[in-house]
Amino acid sequence: MSLLELSGVTKHYGPVAALGGVDLAVESGSRTAIVGPSGCGKTTLLRLIAGFEAPDSGRIALDGKVLANGHAAVPAHRRGIGVVAQDGALFPHLSIADNIGFGMGRNEDKRNERIVELAYIVGLDKAILKRRPHELSGGQQQRVALARAMAMKPRLMLLDEPFSALDTGLRASMRKAVAELLEEAGITTILVTHDQAEALSFASQVAVMRDGLFSQVGTPRELYFQPKDRMVAEFLGDAIILPAKIADGFAVSPLGRIAVDTRERRDLARIMLRPEQVMLKRTSREGMSGTPDMLFGEVTDCEFAGSVCTIAVRLLNNPDPPDAAAIGNTPLILRKTGVDAPAIGEIVRLTVTGEAHVFP
Amino acid sequence: MKKRRQASWITLAAALISLVALLPLGFIVWVAIQTGWDTVVTLIVRPRVGELLVNTILLVVVTVPIAIVLSVALAWLTERSDLPGNRLWSWLSVAPLAIPAFVHSYAWISLVPGLHGLWAGVLVSVIAYFPFLYLPIAAALRRLDPALEDAAAALGLGPWRVFARVVLPQLRLAICGGSLLVGLHLLAEYGLYVFIRFDTFTTAIVDQFQSTFNGPAANMLAAVLVVCCLVLLAFEVILRGEERYARVGSGAARKQQRAALGRATLPCLLLPAGVALLTLGVPFVTVGHWLMAGGTDVWRWDEISLALGQTLFLAVAGALLATVAAMPMAWISIRAPGRLQRLLESCNYIVGALPGVVIALALVTITVRIALPLYQTLFTILFGYALMFLPRALVSLRASIAQAPVELERAASSLGRPPMKALWSTTIRLSAPGAAAGMAMVALGITNELTATQMLAPNGTRTLAMAFWSYSGEIDYASAAPYALIMVAMSLPMTWLLYVQSKRMAGR
Repeated sequence: MSLLELSGVTKHYGPVAALGGVDLAVESGSRTAIVGPSGCGKTTLLRLIAGFEAPDSGRIALDGKVLANGHAAVPAHRRGIGVVAQDGALFPHLSIADNIGFGMGRNEDKRNERIVELAYIVGLDKAILKRRPHELSGGQQQRVALARAMAMKPRLMLLDEPFSALDTGLRASMRKAVAELLEEAGITTILVTHDQAEALSFASQVAVMRDGLFSQVGTPRELYFQPKDRMVAEFLGDAIILPAKIADGFAVSPLGRIAVDTRERRDLARIMLRPEQVMLKRTSREGMSGTPDMLFGEVTDCEFAGSVCTIAVRLLNNPDPPDAAAIGNTPLILRKTGVDAPAIGEIVRLTVTGEAHVFP
Repeated sequence: MKKRRQASWITLAAALISLVALLPLGFIVWVAIQTGWDTVVTLIVRPRVGELLVNTILLVVVTVPIAIVLSVALAWLTERSDLPGNRLWSWLSVAPLAIPAFVHSYAWISLVPGLHGLWAGVLVSVIAYFPFLYLPIAAALRRLDPALEDAAAALGLGPWRVFARVVLPQLRLAICGGSLLVGLHLLAEYGLYVFIRFDTFTTAIVDQFQSTFNGPAANMLAAVLVVCCLVLLAFEVILRGEERYARVGSGAARKQQRAALGRATLPCLLLPAGVALLTLGVPFVTVGHWLMAGGTDVWRWDEISLALGQTLFLAVAGALLATVAAMPMAWISIRAPGRLQRLLESCNYIVGALPGVVIALALVTITVRIALPLYQTLFTILFGYALMFLPRALVSLRASIAQAPVELERAASSLGRPPMKALWSTTIRLSAPGAAAGMAMVALGITNELTATQMLAPNGTRTLAMAFWSYSGEIDYASAAPYALIMVAMSLPMTWLLYVQSKRMAGR
């Protein structure tokens, strides 16, 4: 069942609409990521759920209990929702132990034991407890903030870009650790981020947000391979978007005949491929002859960047062009492994694996 | 190597200035030694000193907490609530600084002639000095990261407990610093307490000085007063602690939200309105009343213009001297910080914290005993001003030098400027606005200075403050009124500057 339900939530700041009517259901024990470019309203949404602000209209309910209905809202301190802010927001005047124990009663039973236990759960050394926030690294500060929020045993945890201040290597490992930790504790989690890779890898449900509205909500796979529109497709990763003629589960496109993810459609439409779906195989000009149904290209640029190599390929022939002018001579940009990448001027054969997605 | 030599030059200058600054303190110690232990004990351990000590301590202990509560309430209302007209109230909470403390007292005594004693002292002191607390507290409130308050609310704390456990602890530095400033002013103030007939060490020292000149009695009272100041300074250091209150983390803090007062708006408006009435309304009504009563007769323009000219001259010359003297210290405290620099700097601050009466008394003693030709000369009074107000210049200069990156100096050097020219064309140029602000602050202090000016100025000097003082001493309140008005008019721009600076410091 849904733990958190939002319906028709709006919020304006003066004439600016930060949220234009948002609906969302979050399953108990799941992980949801809200992802969007900066200024799309995702942080506002988080602040409304946390109770730092009240919505203009709409309803927010947690576990069947109404938290906000228009302007009438339960204040943050009565919601019992955990929040981890972007840079931890640790209290600079308190020690780490007091930061973690902040939400507990001062004379609570086994306060110290619980603080030590929470520190252990988030992977902090006991020795750190006596220190001050500014003596800790960014990653450690985030762990403290997480422990502090978990001390209240919240049913819902909100993470507001908690990993964005960490460096790349640490970010991935922190993300994995936090996800596992919250899963184990059975805490439902909402993560707000502008990093699509983070959203896709962290969550079981992803909501892409733009201009105060959800463009699409679904599983990471759905969103990545079957985006609703071009914006969602390009926000979540590189996309090759082509005009095509659809019929009988196939699309006839500048890249040849490609299987698509719908059987019913029978019209002209745009299809989307992820560049990973396009395979390259080295060949030569001689290899091109006598194979009219195959697709060939010439490598026009190759940018080496370590593990990845960005390759530009200009199509040389088109076995079955429905709308050849549309693609013209724009080269395809593909990211391939840096090992044994084709050099500029080489001829490659292109094949497509998997299905292309047809935009509605 | 060139760089090293330049730095040591400046360090030498700073050390020299700090040593000279210690002169008055050293002299008091020397006088005490010379007087002999027995005499010192008989002069200090007597009922009169005990009475003064009780008065002074009570004054500080009662005034400072009241000022803290008032300032925190006002600062919260003007900075963190949606009080209508909060910018106006914020300015009105700073504006009382433009009125010299003895003018506040003059206003109150002519409104309520029977006003006297401890509670009168507390009332007028709070009115005259609470902005010293309001300014830093308001600035600190503006700078607080709202994410911390959000975090505390998310952890289940209601608004009052958030304020007590998160906001208030972070105001500690501002409250400590402001309290110290208020406390030091209470110890140093003379005119305010004379009007309402409340004896403190400072009034007693001046009385003693006027009856027995620079006898050991006055010097020993001064020694006790110095000890009081040092205790206050030490107290502040202990209370302030070593804690860090800066924001942890990176990036800009999000904008604060103002609390909605709702139905409490009207009662809440009463506080700043009432304060403005007491702090600004009373002086303006009384000064206005006396000006009306006096008519055109009290505007003796020859006298007034002379006093104005003398005041301006002393203020500008003193400010220049203090700023020039502060430059080496300010430079090394940013470019070459270290233990020696901290020691030198604290020398300057301690001397600046001493009441004007102590410094004046020491300078009188020194000039009379050692360099009589310098007694009551322009040199001595300017020297005295420089000692008293050097910290004001230092603070502004240091802040502006800190904003001129050392890379610019290096770039100028690499473009072929010799070290001193490089320094001049980059850091000193860039710190000019800060230096000007510092000079304005010093000039403001000198304009409203009374005690030291009376004791040190050459014969025939009559500044605005002195003229005001002598007229009101003769109970000719009407003739004193124009001087009060001019002093306030001159102080207003500087107070505005202070207000704007504190806003800018907080980034708004």
